[in-house]
This record gives sequence, C-alpha cells and structure tokens, in this order.
Amino acid sequence: MFNRLLLYLELVRMEFVNNLAYRSFYFTGILNYSIQIGAYFFLWDAVYVGNRVIGGLDREAMITYVIIAWVVRSFYFSNLDRRVGTDIRDGKIALELIRPYSYQMVKYARSFGEAAFRMFFFAFPAGAAIYLIRPFTLPVGWDSVAMFVAAVLGAFVINAQISMIAGFAVFFTKSPTGVYKAKRVIMDLLSGLLLPISFYPGWAREIIQLLPFQAVSYLPNMIYLGKIRGAAAFEVLLLQVFWIAVLGFLAHLFWRFAVKHVVIQGG
Amino acid sequence: MKLIEARGLTKEFRIFSRSEGVMGAFRDLFHRKYRVLRAVDEIDFAVDRGEMVGYIGANGAGKSTTIKMLTGILVPTAGTVTVNGYVPHKQRESYTKGIGVVFGQRSQLWWDIAVIESFKLLRRIYDVPRADFNRRLQQFDDILGLSSFLNLPVRKLSLGQRMRCDLAAALLHNPAILFLDEPTIGLDVLAKSKIREFLKEINNEFKTTVILTTHDLGDIEALCPRVAIIDQGKMLYDGLVDNLFSQWGQDKLEDIVKRIYMGQKPEPGLAGGGVSLV
Ligand SMILES: Nc1ncnc2c1ncn2[C@@H]1O[C@H](COP(=O)(O)OP(=O)(O)O)[C@@H](O)[C@H]1O
Ligand SMILES: [Mg+2]
Repeated sequence: MFNRLLLYLELVRMEFVNNLAYRSFYFTGILNYSIQIGAYFFLWDAVYVGNRVIGGLDREAMITYVIIAWVVRSFYFSNLDRRVGTDIRDGKIALELIRPYSYQMVKYARSFGEAAFRMFFFAFPAGAAIYLIRPFTLPVGWDSVAMFVAAVLGAFVINAQISMIAGFAVFFTKSPTGVYKAKRVIMDLLSGLLLPISFYPGWAREIIQLLPFQAVSYLPNMIYLGKIRGAAAFEVLLLQVFWIAVLGFLAHLFWRFAVKHVVIQGG
Repeated sequence: MKLIEARGLTKEFRIFSRSEGVMGAFRDLFHRKYRVLRAVDEIDFAVDRGEMVGYIGANGAGKSTTIKMLTGILVPTAGTVTVNGYVPHKQRESYTKGIGVVFGQRSQLWWDIAVIESFKLLRRIYDVPRADFNRRLQQFDDILGLSSFLNLPVRKLSLGQRMRCDLAAALLHNPAILFLDEPTIGLDVLAKSKIREFLKEINNEFKTTVILTTHDLGDIEALCPRVAIIDQGKMLYDGLVDNLFSQWGQDKLEDIVKRIYMGQKPEPGLAGGGVSLV
C-alpha cells in the first residue's frame, strides 16, 4: 500500500519534470488562454451596461468569475480522455494487465503531475499578470481561500474521473473524436465555465444541479467570489466527495468492462 | 511441481460479421452473427524452472495467444493453467510481479521519457531495492551496451536499441519467468547475437525460465534445447531439438520445420530414441 503510494507520487513528480521539456506546447497554451480570457472579458464588458446585476453577479463579479474560471481550468484540465481512448484504440490496455499496479491510479497520478506543473508555471503567473493589467476582486476572507483551494482540488478529481469515463466510452463508439468533443461541449456548458449556472433558466438549473459538472467550475468560482460561504461552502465540498464516490464507482465498472472486453475478444 | 503447467489450454475468439444494409445493421444490434475461431486448441504444456523453451509456428498459428494466456492478459476459454503457483488471469497483481514480458512488436517503455527514467519507474513499480537495481543495470549494460542511449527517449531509439532496452526493462525485477514474443523480429545479425548472448547469461546466472516465440530458427539453435511447435492452435511437437534431427535424419533445422509446417511426417525407421510427436 505504502509502496504503491510512493509509485504514484513518483509518477506525479515525473510528469511534472517532463512537462518542463515541452515548451512549445506551453507557449501555445498561454496564447490560447489569453485569447479566451480576453474575448470573454470584452463580451461581458459589453453585456453589462450600466449597473446591471445578472444571475446574482454584477459587472465586477462577472469579470472576476471569467478570469478565475479560466485560470482554474488551466489547472484541472487534462487530456486523460484522449490518453485512455488511445490506449483502448491501440490495444495498449492489454499490456497494462501485466503490470502490478492500478491503471486508473497511474493515469490520475500523471494527470495530477501535469496539473501541478500548470498550476506553478501557468495558473499562478497568468493570474498575477492579469491582476496587474486589470485588477479583479480578491477573495473576501481566508475561509473563502481555504474552501476555494479544497474545491479546486475536488474539481480536479471530478474532471479527471469524467475524462476517464469518457476515455472508456471509446469502447462503445466508432468515433473517438466524437466522444472527446461531446465531453468537451458538455463540460464547457454544464460546468459553468462559459456561463455561470445562475444565468440558465430555472428548469435547466434544476437539471444541472442533479449532475456532477457544476462542481468542476461553477461552485468553486462561487466560493471564490464569496457568494457561497461558511456552511454552504462546506456543503459544496461534501457534494464533491459524493460525486467523487459515484464517479469512482462508475469508472470502476467501465474499467471492469474494458478488461473483460480485452480478455474475451482479445487484445 | 512444474513452474508452468497448462492442460487442455484453449482459446476461442468470436469473429463477428456485419450484415449489409440498414436493416442488417439494425438486426446486428440484437443478434450479431459470428463464427468461432479456435486460436489455441487444447494444448498441454509443462515447463520446469530454468528451462529455455522455443515456441514456434507459422503466422497465425496461435503463439501470441498462448503467451497472452500464460501472462494473464487473456482468459482461456477452456483448460487450466498455473504459472509460478498462480492462476495468471485470476491473481494478476501478485502474479505479474514475478514475470517479465517482451512483445517484439510493441515497446512497453514510456514513449517520451528517457530510458533511464522508464527504468527508475519500473524499479518503483516492482519494488526493486536500489542496490539490486543498480547492480542489475550495470550488468545489463555490460552485455547489452545500453549506456550510450540511456538518456534518450524511447521514440528516438533504433529498433535494436529499443529491443535491448525492453529486454533489460523486463528483467530489472529479476522475474522467475521471461516471456518473449518475437524478441528478434527485424533485428540485424549483431543485435540478434547480443540479445542471444544476454539471454544465455541471464538464464545461466539467475536460472530464469525463458519462453520464446520466434521465426528465426537461429534463436532456437543458439538458445533452446527444447522446442514446441504449434500449428492452427494444435501442438505438433514438443521435445528436444536434437530429437528432431534424429527423427528426420536431416541436419538443417529449417528444412525440418518447413516440412512439419507443410504437414509432413518423418519417415519411419529413421526415428531415434525418445520420439515425442504429439
Ligand atoms: N483478438 C483477436 N480476435 C480475433 N481473432 C484473433 C485475435 N487475436 C488473434 N486472433 C486470431 O487467432 C489466431 C492466432 O493468432 P496469434 O496467436 O496472434 O498467432 P501467432 O502469434 O502465432 O502469429 C489467428 O488466426 C488470429 O487471426
Ligand atoms: Mg504473434
């Protein structure tokens, strides 16, 4: 058990170090995020004429929401779905069966190493740079900061699990890129990255609240903004734990199916 | 107690066929037509600790499928198999700690990271003590000459270099059994001879059991006193290479094997002692 933990930590470290070597990827990433944040900034700047309040957010809160949402996304985002999907397509998943470790844990650990890299070399510097250009609202108190950090970690795990399941879904489809695109659209829309959930009509909100996606972007952002505080913020963390358990179970079922598929049909 | 013991080992694959047209596709949703292919057909196979066994057969004979069952990747359709005290597909995590596997067609090292980093990771995966790891790596390097490319990522290696790394990687945890599926495929003579020399030494020193599939009979002549020949899933011969020579009264292994693949039998009267044509 302890030895396995060391292995997963080693994978985190390795992925972190590897990422240092991919500088071109890094710079195109920065460009991409600058464009996204800039575009949404101007969009919302134009939408908020006068002193309007939309979906519980005023102009300042909305602009902060956009910036935080994208900066945090640079942390939790991962290519896990593509990696798992490729392992399945190439039959590499069969070779994973001759290793004494958990395939899923290895993938999560590597994703986390990558996320940690992007946090230090991407999210923090980007956040600071944006703050210098256009100061945005800082959290209202240390309790919000602590809850926000915890919620972002939860967001990482939930996003990774959803990606893992999307990767396994490649088994059932002839079009892996279709799966990745569908996952991306669903995540962008239902997580609250593109539009805060409070902007949706009532019936849509009710559905979205029954799904795990809003725990990835919307809820952590609202904690950052101080719109969710104290006991309510704690409830968000509990909700994340609930979804992590449910998604973990689902991912396990998918993994069992994948193994069985290899084992019956051949790899 | 044999190290590897398989009885009536069988693997069937279902080959699904698609019906034509929209209606056909619709029907396939509920009732897909398939035929059954017996890739491995009731083979019995037993290996002692420290043996080096060659496993040969024409393309599609069932070699890789057998290896996949012995390594626990595939579950047999019928028959029993125990290796090193485990049922491979049932006790995967404990079983795989004691085996090494190399698929010549496909590297198991991490594509983008330096070879040495892959090795260090394997050290963790298999819980190899640091001193053992360093000693083995040194020894492997002495025979295989790895040091000049240990710092390159696998994608930059030549096939020969990659194969040497894969072999070293499969042995870092000193497994009881080494499964090699076409380890010399596409290699030049020099690379081949290095790998043969290496396998010989490993087998000598650590008593590692080696099961090796190949199309290069030179591998068999250099390494394996015993050979198993499979064709269309059935075991045609399992015994000493020397017995093949005396049975067939020929001195070229290639000629003998060619004839066996063509379904010929040795002429009676030539057979020496210990005939074991299954
Ligand atoms: N996953 C699979 N699904 C269907 N048929 C397979 C699968 N794997 C192998 N086969 C078939 O089983 C037979 C034996 O294959 P294999 O064991 O790979 O042969 P070899 O390694 O001796 O060339 C071949 O006819 C091959 O087409
Ligand atoms: Mg093969």
